Amino acid sequence: MTHDIVMGGFTGLYIFMLAAFTGWVIIGRVPAILHTPLMSGSNFVHGVVVVGGLAALLNASTPLQQGIGFVAVLLGAGNAAGGYAVTERMLAMFHTSQVQASAHKPHSGRHAKHPKKS
Amino acid sequence: MLALIPPVIIGVVDIAAAFLFMFGLKRMSSPVTAPSGIRYAGFGMIAAILASFLYVFSVNAGARPHLLVNIGLAVVALVVGGSLAWLSGKRAAVTAMPQMVALYNGMGGGAAGAIAAVELFGGRAHGPTALIVTLAGALIGAVSLSGSVIAWAKLDGVLKHPLRVKGLQIVNAAVMAVIVAVGAVIVVSVMTTFNIVMAPELWIYVFFGLALVFGVLMTLPIGGADMPVVISIYNACTGLAVGLEGYVLQIPALMIAGMMVGAAGLLLTLLMAKAMNRSVANVLFTKFGDEPKVAKGAIKGELKPTEASDAGVFMRYAASVIIVPGYGLAAAQAQGKLYEFVKLLVASGVSVKFAIHPVAGRMPGQMDVLLAEAGVPYDMIFQLDDINDDFKTTDVALVIGANDVVNPAARSDKSSPIYGMPILNADQARQVYVVKRGQGKGYADIVNALFYADNCNMVYGDAQAVLIKMIEAVRGLTSAAA
Repeated sequence: MTHDIVMGGFTGLYIFMLAAFTGWVIIGRVPAILHTPLMSGSNFVHGVVVVGGLAALLNASTPLQQGIGFVAVLLGAGNAAGGYAVTERMLAMFHTSQVQASAHKPHSGRHAKHPKKS
Repeated sequence: MLALIPPVIIGVVDIAAAFLFMFGLKRMSSPVTAPSGIRYAGFGMIAAILASFLYVFSVNAGARPHLLVNIGLAVVALVVGGSLAWLSGKRAAVTAMPQMVALYNGMGGGAAGAIAAVELFGGRAHGPTALIVTLAGALIGAVSLSGSVIAWAKLDGVLKHPLRVKGLQIVNAAVMAVIVAVGAVIVVSVMTTFNIVMAPELWIYVFFGLALVFGVLMTLPIGGADMPVVISIYNACTGLAVGLEGYVLQIPALMIAGMMVGAAGLLLTLLMAKAMNRSVANVLFTKFGDEPKVAKGAIKGELKPTEASDAGVFMRYAASVIIVPGYGLAAAQAQGKLYEFVKLLVASGVSVKFAIHPVAGRMPGQMDVLLAEAGVPYDMIFQLDDINDDFKTTDVALVIGANDVVNPAARSDKSSPIYGMPILNADQARQVYVVKRGQGKGYADIVNALFYADNCNMVYGDAQAVLIKMIEAVRGLTSAAA
């Protein structure tokens, strides 16, 4: 890969620091009731590793690298798709008693767009 | 000029994706906006995946002859991995969700480790910093993979008992020391192109092998009750590994998403450990509940069994009931029946609340999800601090499949392993019913003095069967009156 800007170690550290702070602050305000969907949701977010897997696989030049790159994309795609499916299902179950009076269908998790098929 | 376009598109899409991940997680901080939060994040993910195919315009020279094959492999891997996981996620029972999260998390760790392996075998990591970061990500990712698989096996019941061998911690420390040494050998031999005993490629195999073994050894001794904390730690670890590999690949979106999840997972882990009044190190390294603990000064009183129907009728005529659910409710899949019973009570004018202990179940908040699935509105559900003072003014506390989280020994008995853990004060209610499969002890294997208290009666049986009897008893009253 060619990049006109190469990120130095310190730039990387700044990104890490700011991202870590962001994650800490966002999660610090989540009520306990949402802890499981949140863990699942953050599990989905690190499924973005599949993008790194794609970068590695597309740049593979030996059968060994292709094989490992294939595994990386396979596992990364599993992380992202599975994480999304489970999180969406969990979140669709939450509702208040006000909403419940009008429409109460605990199992009808609305199916958003399929997140994986390309 | 045209060659500049793909990197710019990738850059813009990745920035948008990183923003959507942050925005999505932010929206998940309230039940009202949470479903839209995951959709924003999902949209960011699709965009980032599609954009990453533009990497084909900037692959390195060595990969160009293989480009078509690589694209094919990428599409197959995306479709196969994505659809298998999608289907398993859609089909898993709600009670199985903790282990599904563990499994998907392990996949992410494995992916990070595999990326590191490609970079190492491809010799693309130059310089000591890049090498060390790659190896650190590889180690954390591989440990997260094998550790999460063990956590999954424990939660799924494939592995029943924690393996506890004397001196295992010394073995673990030794394995970790060897891993660090092997890592140093790889860095030195790649930097100097000088083979130390064997080629660096072989050392890389050793490195990954040991890292996987370490994850297994690390997780095996930890009991099932502590798995929530363990999954949370591995979630944070995978995030960290993804962030580190993002730096190696120079993809800022990975760095941001990974590090954000790493920090979030760390905070969540600390919150959970705090809820159990234990340190994270204590969870990881202490043989919790190893020997059966009997409280000092034999427990007074005896177990007083009662019929489910009697308990049900008693609650029907009570003014207020607080329900304390635990893992037993999930194991019996009785959440639907429980809510049916609660609706009957509410219809009869009983004030009903649910009290959730932070570590009830096998995952933080698992009970909240379970009750939500049954249709319980979340404004009936209260967390420990918000409801604990209500028990003493409540007529009935109904404990279903919970044990350690209502054990008064945590308040009073200094010799108890759970001493100091905040508990739900179910014992302060005027009458306590405990629904339990049998006379066995809880996950932590500690005798529970509550069960022997004067105001407590035991209702033995599977939670589902017991609740059906309670429902029938209360319905019987109504129809008799009519």
